[in-house]
Amino acid sequence: MAAAETYPDDLKYHAEHDWARVDGDEATLGITWFAQDALGELVHYEPPEEGQTIDKDQPYGEVESVKAVSDVIAPLSGEVLEVNAKVVAEPEVVNEDPYGEGWLVRIRLSDPSEADALLDVEAYKQVLAEQ
Amino acid sequence: MQTLQRTPIHDRHVALGARMVPFAGWEMPVQYAGVIPEHRAVRNDCGVFDVSHMGELEVEGPRAAELLQGLLSNDVDRVQVGGAQYTLLTNERGGIVDDLIVYRLEDFRFLLIVNASNVQTDYEWLKERELRGSDVRDISDECALLAVQGPRSIERLGLDDAPAFTWARREIDGVECMVNRTGYTGERGVELLAAAEDGPALWDAVLERGAVPCGLGARDTLRLEVCYPLHGNDISPETDAISAGLGWVCALDTEFTGADELRRIKADGPERRLAAFVMREKAIPRSGMAIAEGGAVTSGSLSPMLDVGIGMGYVPAELAQRGTSLTIDVRGRPRRAEVVAKPIYKREESR
Repeated sequence: MAAAETYPDDLKYHAEHDWARVDGDEATLGITWFAQDALGELVHYEPPEEGQTIDKDQPYGEVESVKAVSDVIAPLSGEVLEVNAKVVAEPEVVNEDPYGEGWLVRIRLSDPSEADALLDVEAYKQVLAEQ
Repeated sequence: MQTLQRTPIHDRHVALGARMVPFAGWEMPVQYAGVIPEHRAVRNDCGVFDVSHMGELEVEGPRAAELLQGLLSNDVDRVQVGGAQYTLLTNERGGIVDDLIVYRLEDFRFLLIVNASNVQTDYEWLKERELRGSDVRDISDECALLAVQGPRSIERLGLDDAPAFTWARREIDGVECMVNRTGYTGERGVELLAAAEDGPALWDAVLERGAVPCGLGARDTLRLEVCYPLHGNDISPETDAISAGLGWVCALDTEFTGADELRRIKADGPERRLAAFVMREKAIPRSGMAIAEGGAVTSGSLSPMLDVGIGMGYVPAELAQRGTSLTIDVRGRPRRAEVVAKPIYKREESR
């Protein structure tokens, strides 16, 4: 079952339809409801390696539906602490719960101040309104 | 900007919340509830596709059969009134201008149902070669075409069973149709040809009978699982019928455009063949990806029934045997695949 359209207000957003939940010097990353809806049912998640460094605004993984492939853009830079193995095994979890069980990676931030440049929920909704 | 054409069923798709995409100059539904549930509906029960974007060409006249025999690869003389045949429109090099189904309406009248992207090419190809006594007409705009496919489709439509590749005129809930026992999914089913203005009523009737609306997304995964080629991807004017594994629709004992070249390719053995493969590592092959051992992927997707990446591609002929390992370049990552027999998917009980 696909989730209903929501954009939690405790998250930081990137205009490429990614979110970050910042907790001290760590963050959990994922794709927004809009991104999973645009792709449709996810059938594959190509994650980064644990221990790899990912860079803000650069692709760190790929998600695929039956019809399309999409890069996942890092909203923040850091070292990958954990890849969500549940999503690797059952990518449709992203459709069902994009902000909860459908998270993609957990990282240690290399520069926590980068988060200041991300969008809050109102600014992200503005991006969506302009799509 | 080019204006997209709309089928007679367009408003119904929008009302159902379909995701509409441009395809071959048409605005078509790619999915409603989702590719995977739609795909499963067709494999397990019954789905309906609006394929009104496809083209219908009529060839009529005392020399209609002669014209078609000289232009189509299969032996059209073997098709009787009430019958149909899968065949190829070939060029001088044995390349595939289009793949299509020819229906014999009367002794001197045939219907060709052709790919949406090739209607104009096919029409001009036939028109330029018309004989005195064979009239070619494009009647695509007058037609609505619905593919009703799946193991329960015949029962749901209240039809009697009939052999594949036959057709009959029937009324379905008050709509006059040509009911064709043909399809593009590997399942039992029919393609219903009706007058364009009857399209919406026929669509409503078929949904009322329990068919699940299905889009082009599921149409593509269904055909790929059973290795039906897609013109423009797996076959084209640049690929010949023998290399494509379509020698079985080439009556090489008859004379048609490109027959000499196809006989030569068959005798010499093609240099490359269209092979089907299954991924042995987690990855989804896509059209255009390179195959490290030689060749490229022409179609690729996830198989909703097998839950694994599947595809087809041209490989050097010696690598086209089942069991051969291939390496697909998935955006820079080498991923292992294995050549398998066609079709890739077969229903369990029929194995």
